[in-house]
Amino acid sequence: MIRFKVNGKEKTFDGDPDMPLLWYLRDVAELTGTKFGCGIALCGACTVHQNGAAIRSCSTAMKEISGAEITTIEGIAPMHPVQKAWMEIRVPQCGYCQTGQIMQAIALLKENKNPSDQEIDTAMSGNLCRCGTYQRIRAAIHQAAKETA
Amino acid sequence: MKLMETKLMENVSRPVSRRGFLHAALVSGAFVLSARFVPEPLWAAEGEAPAPPFEPSLWMLIAPDGTVTIVAHRSEMGCGSRTALPLVITDELDADWSKVRVDQAIGDPRYGDQDTDGSHSVRSYFDLMRQVGATGRVMLISAAAAQWGVPPKDCTTEPHFVVHRASGRKLGYGDVAAAAAKLPVPKKEDVPLKPRAEWRYIGKESNSLFDLPEIVTGKAIFGMDATMPGMVYASVEHPPVLGQKIKSYDDKAALKVAGVQKTVAIDTFKPPHQFQPLGGVAVIADNTWAAFKGRKSLKVEWESSPHAVYNSAPFRKTLEATSREPGKVVRNVGDVDAAFAKGGKIIEAEYYTPHLAHASMEPPVAVAEYRDGKVLAWAPTQNPQAVQETIAGVLGIKKEDVTCHVTLLGGGFGRKSKPDQVAEAAVLSKQLGKPVKVVWTREDDIQFDFFHSVAAMYMKAAVGPDGKPTAWLQRTVYPPIGSTFSTEAKYADDEMGLGWNNLPFDIPNHRAENGPADFHVRIGWLRSVANIYHAFAIHSFADELAKAANKDSVQYLLELIGPPRIVNLDLKGDEAEDAKNYPLDTARLRRVVEIAAEKSNWAKRSMNMGKGRGMGIAVHRSFLTYVATVVEAEVDAKGQVHIPGVWTAVDAGTIVSPDNIRNQFEGAAVFGTSLALFGEITATNGVIDQSNFHNYQITRMNRAPRQVEVHIVKSEAPPAGVGEPGLPPFAPALCNAVFAATGKRVRELPLSKTKLV
Repeated sequence: MIRFKVNGKEKTFDGDPDMPLLWYLRDVAELTGTKFGCGIALCGACTVHQNGAAIRSCSTAMKEISGAEITTIEGIAPMHPVQKAWMEIRVPQCGYCQTGQIMQAIALLKENKNPSDQEIDTAMSGNLCRCGTYQRIRAAIHQAAKETA
Repeated sequence: MKLMETKLMENVSRPVSRRGFLHAALVSGAFVLSARFVPEPLWAAEGEAPAPPFEPSLWMLIAPDGTVTIVAHRSEMGCGSRTALPLVITDELDADWSKVRVDQAIGDPRYGDQDTDGSHSVRSYFDLMRQVGATGRVMLISAAAAQWGVPPKDCTTEPHFVVHRASGRKLGYGDVAAAAAKLPVPKKEDVPLKPRAEWRYIGKESNSLFDLPEIVTGKAIFGMDATMPGMVYASVEHPPVLGQKIKSYDDKAALKVAGVQKTVAIDTFKPPHQFQPLGGVAVIADNTWAAFKGRKSLKVEWESSPHAVYNSAPFRKTLEATSREPGKVVRNVGDVDAAFAKGGKIIEAEYYTPHLAHASMEPPVAVAEYRDGKVLAWAPTQNPQAVQETIAGVLGIKKEDVTCHVTLLGGGFGRKSKPDQVAEAAVLSKQLGKPVKVVWTREDDIQFDFFHSVAAMYMKAAVGPDGKPTAWLQRTVYPPIGSTFSTEAKYADDEMGLGWNNLPFDIPNHRAENGPADFHVRIGWLRSVANIYHAFAIHSFADELAKAANKDSVQYLLELIGPPRIVNLDLKGDEAEDAKNYPLDTARLRRVVEIAAEKSNWAKRSMNMGKGRGMGIAVHRSFLTYVATVVEAEVDAKGQVHIPGVWTAVDAGTIVSPDNIRNQFEGAAVFGTSLALFGEITATNGVIDQSNFHNYQITRMNRAPRQVEVHIVKSEAPPAGVGEPGLPPFAPALCNAVFAATGKRVRELPLSKTKLV
């Protein structure tokens, strides 16, 4: 039995310990804001927070999260300054990757209150956007940083 | 049908039921704008009677509380049509956008064409949406005027209210909705449209995507998120080579995986493949992960397929050899052969572009239930009517018995016009007797795509003493999209309008040809389709001629385009119709070139960039939109290409949401970077070599253009496309910039194939 928290709520899991957290969140917990994109930690669509740090839930097995606090996009109280900036800059096109982008950006701003372009690139380059909204993502992160400063 | 649907709908937990909503609204006395003013041709195409009275609304309704519901009949994959068309109705209705909700249409031929491709949602439906909204407004005015006992002409509207001018009295739209619903629908000639100056939404900067709040909070429902109670999950092991059938399979190990329920064989399609399932073995499980894991333990032996001969390197040689031989003439001006015979300076070049995969962030996915000879499906599809037709064909039922609900699409780019995965879900559900969710892995997505075609182009020009061509021959060869619908198709007849039979240059002798090619994988549309390789060849070659003439690329391009005029294109069918309504106007083409050059400061900067830096330009009209792009390239000591800036000028005629259009063109520069720098799909013995983002790379933030500026030309011309047209000029402009930076001419994509240092 694996015990952990999702968005502040106590959870237990006694299924396949190799199941990636992504599929627990989506198929078992029905928290579908976290997306499946590649399954091998190459695209970042599945990004959630483990104890506040961004992780790829598609490549994090359930057995690895024992005792952890997991936060998904559903656990972010809207409108977080990052979400607000995403709205104002009108970042999304299709929107599929954007929850992962937002979770990555929130984790970045927690560590670095005022990241440079270069630091944003480094932090965000693991998150793919096929629609190509990177320029707006960068602008939105700068704006959110200003907002929270 | 109705009963079953109602029952099924009650079972669908999350996505909103349009029918359920409409029913509730109707019962409560809402004003439903009837379908009666859908233009006759839309009805005639289907030969069906107008909507039955129990569901008269196709486009909009107004509830007594004033909430306006507008039906989006085109799919939303990130291009904004689900917002743009409802905005147009809202504007003409003079409604308040904050009181509008958008409801997604099911697949239904009464909406006309729902295949959200070809960048034509706004182009094809702008006028109709205006008429829908304006008609509603006239009816609301009539209802309020009757209540006040005043002539309708003494009344006007302000957002969401009818106003009596003289007295200043007001009635909310919700207050008169029920009365308006009882009025006859006025004739088109009695429905005035707003003058442009009075538009509140069309063309305004304030427009943003309807789904934006749900997207940023993770509440938006994509196909990946659709569920049905009692559903099982399926992952399908597809035949590695197109057309292979199962010889035998061993599922013992797969069935031992926790959560795996059973395996089900799916028949391989009968050619032509069209949108039928590929075939294979499905692993059915309690959850997605168990299905994926079980599949890894499957052992399948496959029969042979004639397509196992497919190897990319020799296939390229075949395409190139064909491109050196005369092909089918698709446009002829003057006499190219006579001009070449005169001698003078002859310039030839060959270009090559590989297959590409769409790689939408959301892989193909669908959930479907078969029950009592009918199918209910939820899918991220660009074409719900194709879902109906495909499932009907595969299961041998009537397409009217297939109901397809459309979720948001996590990207589409043309892939999701082909609903093979939805048909897989329906086939499996029929066999299992319960709803099935089919989830493709990224590996499935990349290996079993409907690929963007591989292409070889041969170009030849005779150049006069002034450096301008007196003759221009262009030949293109590639497996056509037609091969998806007919195994005999070898010529790309349907792709010639995509940048090949409409060269806008002022050249007295010109011939465009197309040579035959076989197919060995499924070929399909990918964002801007054949325009990608056609524009790459034409605009790389144009730049080669400019440099051969020792002229500035922008000046030379303007000379090639020549004086402002309407280019005479001898076109047939739909293309002729387009040419009538949207003539190819070189004044507009010149204008975007001039704007891109001006905004990039081309005249001052392009000449003095220093070693390893350069600017390049290309201009291409596609989907009736004129686009010029200047790219600045920087090639570092390792030969890696960086893109400090992109300047794009766009003339898409009348536009609805300017900021969304900028987003589309910013995105096109990134999509263009992907295909220019990395994009390559190859095959070995019929099997695709790439499988995920490690070997099919798409652009990450650190390699994307640093800054993309999009400049929209103000225009009152009819609306044209915005989703696709940004892509074609990008790669040639980048490669021309690389030439300016390094002196190395890139004649094949991706440009990593060309040694730059």
